[in-house]
Amino acid sequence: MTPEEIVGRLNEHFPQAGLDNRVDKDHAVTVAPVDRLEELFRELRDDSEFRFDLFMDITAVDWLERAPRFDVVYHLYSTVHNHRLRIKVMVSENKPVPSASGVWVVADPMEREVWDMYGIKFSGHPNLTRLLLYEEFKGHPLRKDYPYDKRQPILEETWPSRDQG
Amino acid sequence: MEISYKPQEKPPYQNAIDRILGWGRKYSIFMYPFVTACCGMEYMSVASGHYDIDRFGAGLPRFSPRQADVMLVVGTINFKNSVVLRTVWDQMCEPKWCVAFGACASIGGPYNNYATLQGIDRILPVHVYIPGCPPRPEAVLDGLMKLQDMIQNQKHDLFWKKRES
Ligand code: SF4
Repeated sequence: MTPEEIVGRLNEHFPQAGLDNRVDKDHAVTVAPVDRLEELFRELRDDSEFRFDLFMDITAVDWLERAPRFDVVYHLYSTVHNHRLRIKVMVSENKPVPSASGVWVVADPMEREVWDMYGIKFSGHPNLTRLLLYEEFKGHPLRKDYPYDKRQPILEETWPSRDQG
Repeated sequence: MEISYKPQEKPPYQNAIDRILGWGRKYSIFMYPFVTACCGMEYMSVASGHYDIDRFGAGLPRFSPRQADVMLVVGTINFKNSVVLRTVWDQMCEPKWCVAFGACASIGGPYNNYATLQGIDRILPVHVYIPGCPPRPEAVLDGLMKLQDMIQNQKHDLFWKKRES
């Protein structure tokens, strides 16, 4: 399907779901409310016209001053129909996002990475722990309010360090 | 006649020991390549036919720290990995030397962020630094010859002695 057709079918399929569907730079984009996400995911995967069977990526954007602070961005691809969709969800700091790992298994490590870097919680995730950083790490480094020069070394740095002299 | 000397004093044959052991050790360097990033490509080109590190007696990499006597830290070390690096260094038997290969291992290179160790000399003693991102093979050979000079001219113990540092 072309992006326009995807947007049209989304409008047909979820008339009162509160989706904001549009075509942005030849790419179908939908801004979805958090509470309808689970249902939306299942429908997008199982519907024979959509068939988004490949969960490509999940990432987040931190808009420090905006009221729902984060955007969580999903990228879906269909290996059957060769089309793509981007889903954006706006969430505030403490509100959890429903996990997609029940629908696409690969979402599991990707959501752990988003939790690691941004501190966005995913409800229903089987094992939401840090993926890349170490357990002792405090804070979430890709947040805009993480101090850019803050370091959390594990080992004590005993050798005369360059910064001190 | 009984030969006696206090332990702090240099035994009469120490100069000969230094020279002989130094000569032997500098031409039989067994490296432990701790390769973590892109500098590894340059290490491979130094090790293979064209530049041929074997001319300097350092041709055989040992992939067990117990059998190696020079640790070559090739690439970026982050905080999570620094624990592994320190453990490997502690496992190596005396006499041992450490070479920081490339800008990343020496000072953190282009990365100065929440995850990267700013130079392995913060957690280990380093004997030779090889600059460059990545260093030319000639620079690596130059660093190796500097290390050989150092081994030739340093003090060697005939018997194993616990190091203070
Ligand atoms: S010094 Fe440059 S080439 Fe070497 S590991 Fe660092 S970034 Fe890669």
